[in-house]
Amino acid sequence: MARFLPPESFSAATEDLSLLPFNFERTGANRYLVANMVGDFIRLTEDELHRLVGLQVRPGDGLYEKAYAAHLVTGASQKAQRQLLAARLRSRMSFLQQVTPLHIFVVTLRCEHSCPYCQVSRQSTDRSRFDMSEETAMRALDIAFASPAARIKIEFQGGEPLLNFPLIRTIVAAAKARSGKKLEFVIASNLALLDDTVLEFCKANNVLLSTSLDGPADLHNKNRPRPGGNSHELAVAGIRRAREILGPDAVGALMTTTEASLDRVDDIIDEYLKLGLDGIFLRPLSPFGFAIKTKQFAKYDARKWLAFYERGLRRVLEINRKGTPFREFYAALLLTRMLSDRPIGYVDLRSPAGAGLGALVYNYDGSVFASDEGRMLAETGDDAFRLGHVEHDSYNSLILSDKLIGAISSSLTQCAPECSTCVYESHCGADPVYHHATQGDALGIKPLSAFCARQKGIMGLLLDILENSPEDAAILRRWGAA
Amino acid sequence: MTLPLYGTASQSVGFSSDRARSVVRLRSIESGAERHVADFALAKAPHEVRRAIEADWSSILVVSEGAIDLPSSFQGRLVVVPPKYGYLADGDVIGFDHASRKFRTLYRRNSAHNSFLVTERCNNYCLMCSQPPKDVDDRWILSEIKESLPLIDRATGALTFTGGETLSDWQDFIAVLKECRDRLPATAIQVLTNGRAFVDSQIVDAWKDIGHPNLMAAIPVYASVDHVHDHVVQAKGAFDETILGILKLKDRGQRVEIRVVLHALTAPIIEDTGRWLARNLPFVDHVALMGLENTGFAIANDATLWMDPVDYGDGLARAVDHLSAAGVNVSVYNLPKCVLPKSVWPHALQSISDWKNGFVEECDRCDAKNTCSGFFTTGRPRFSRGVRAVTFDREELSRLVN
Repeated sequence: MARFLPPESFSAATEDLSLLPFNFERTGANRYLVANMVGDFIRLTEDELHRLVGLQVRPGDGLYEKAYAAHLVTGASQKAQRQLLAARLRSRMSFLQQVTPLHIFVVTLRCEHSCPYCQVSRQSTDRSRFDMSEETAMRALDIAFASPAARIKIEFQGGEPLLNFPLIRTIVAAAKARSGKKLEFVIASNLALLDDTVLEFCKANNVLLSTSLDGPADLHNKNRPRPGGNSHELAVAGIRRAREILGPDAVGALMTTTEASLDRVDDIIDEYLKLGLDGIFLRPLSPFGFAIKTKQFAKYDARKWLAFYERGLRRVLEINRKGTPFREFYAALLLTRMLSDRPIGYVDLRSPAGAGLGALVYNYDGSVFASDEGRMLAETGDDAFRLGHVEHDSYNSLILSDKLIGAISSSLTQCAPECSTCVYESHCGADPVYHHATQGDALGIKPLSAFCARQKGIMGLLLDILENSPEDAAILRRWGAA
Repeated sequence: MTLPLYGTASQSVGFSSDRARSVVRLRSIESGAERHVADFALAKAPHEVRRAIEADWSSILVVSEGAIDLPSSFQGRLVVVPPKYGYLADGDVIGFDHASRKFRTLYRRNSAHNSFLVTERCNNYCLMCSQPPKDVDDRWILSEIKESLPLIDRATGALTFTGGETLSDWQDFIAVLKECRDRLPATAIQVLTNGRAFVDSQIVDAWKDIGHPNLMAAIPVYASVDHVHDHVVQAKGAFDETILGILKLKDRGQRVEIRVVLHALTAPIIEDTGRWLARNLPFVDHVALMGLENTGFAIANDATLWMDPVDYGDGLARAVDHLSAAGVNVSVYNLPKCVLPKSVWPHALQSISDWKNGFVEECDRCDAKNTCSGFFTTGRPRFSRGVRAVTFDREELSRLVN
């Protein structure tokens, strides 16, 4: 029998070690949060960080093992960790293989609601002025079908899209008659006009519904006025009816947070729970209404919103602890990115940005926008994200337009100041439309950005729960895995 | 109890000296199946020899204490093996060395645990190796396997190739796997390898080209840190090569199982290893966390390796949690239920091969025995201080019944 060698015989010498890329952030006295290239987090003390950077680590000292397992240090001649990082990064970024999977058709700008946070609807009855024409719709469909994605989602928006239901029928039939792509359809509606004809059509064509529910009746109706003041009643009835006819997963509800919502998060969540919905998306205050006008995009708002979010998330976790599975969808999205390498192409949480590459918006008048928010900006006179018009543009001319390339290439988190060195970069995204809207610049100054403050705040909160609250952490891990 | 898979025939007659070895398949005397040149009638007792001759068998294997007197008219081949090989049955295959009369049971048709040793050579030298490597020219083993494959029942559910390092003579071994593809397409083929050979793109491409519909490479990873793994396998640079090999296999869509043997160098860090696998290699097809078989080098390195499973159960449970949460199919092998936390039970399988699987007296009183791995009977078995009969309460019993 040959002699067995002791552990020391397998240790690398310091000169054979090499650092791998990582980002870090000081989180307290002597405490650092460190993330490797694909966003795995570990905590290091200041001394540990210094020793690591100076490669003053030795197999067996504990720090070497921690840093090696986290892909912060490798052997200069080794390849496995670099290949693992490459494979994982490739997986994380593979959402890029599905270019422009979402196509939003604004079939009308008319709406019977008059929500103050909405910048785009019209109370007009003038069909000829604010409805999309069939000709425009077919041109838009040409563009949608020219996008490379094998599976596309066509989302009908407004205004209230059901006010132009005949055009929805026409577009769905025309899309289905074309071949070459798998199709999904969604109607984003306030459900006030939902009737059996619409439901039968949805059922026959596998069309999903997405609606707005801002919370309990008083809050919802205050946010979403309509003649009769019964928006909440109609939305709730519509959700119930749609779930009954189309199935429980065929209708989703989204909330918009307003100033009035900020101290009502428990009520809002309870409203969703009461309706039997399986989760809630606690969305930030939109900067495209009130905030734009008043330029109130400073961190103060982000902090208020984060308090609202944390309270909401803790309420949702409490609901889970008591035995009812219920998710907060934004946390679930972030957790999937933090705990796995599954590609998440969520439009507002990716870099390269989702503008155009993730979605195109065809406005009622034929103008094409890089995002829904870009369309809202245009309504206030800012054409920065108007990429062209269905009349004289093709998919390629829109995607390769200087405007889009400029916005996307100037906002890459991988190389942007503050972003490229941010410990959360792997899980964050570029939002050029938001930063253009709030700071007049697609890149933006991140310390002044409420988007940045929210992202860091939520991810910090999630990490804190994952590390310090075992019972809640188990719930969060389930969200990240699903 | 342990089935003896190796032995020496007490008598042999009629084997030519042109070749050193024969592969022999046993057939019941009454078998009406078409006779292959390798087929021997299986006489379970001396008095059955005459019956075999009457049934026109010219090749006979007899299980007998004493020598067999053959009629002078008998011109065929005869092998006599001692009664402890009485387990041999119709369809089984043995390899027989003419000069030494040594034989090895290569395949038992009624077993779910058939494995072929491919070579004893290995470029790792694992501290706990149950099959200590030898640097000898044993390429004849692959020829014997090639000769055996046509004799194996096509309905065989699973077949394992083990070593040594199975890919030591990769070209010849891959030719054997291609034979399996053609002859045993419905059999799950598992190959135990340290995976280092797959660093070579030529080898991993050849592996992919085998195209067996149910082929799995089972590869050990002992830690998330290079020097820990390298120390366990006693080969510097092995971790890097093994991980690269796994990546190259998965890059080509090949099935991979990761195996972690649990002992005092790997078990205390099993939670870290499990978390690391879940995070970095969640796309592997299976992860097996395996209790130590205390035989071979494991006995020599007992002082370095022994760790009572009850002392690493909590870490093991957390490793299983991390892997399950990442959607990885994870099993625990070779560890009896009584030493494992209950959360691990659904993952704990009856993994020990039938020929070396046993229970202790305590197990007779245990409600979980029927679904328990039991123990290895090989080498010098070491028992956890946690071994005890498990008693189910009524609720658990009714759940089991349902």
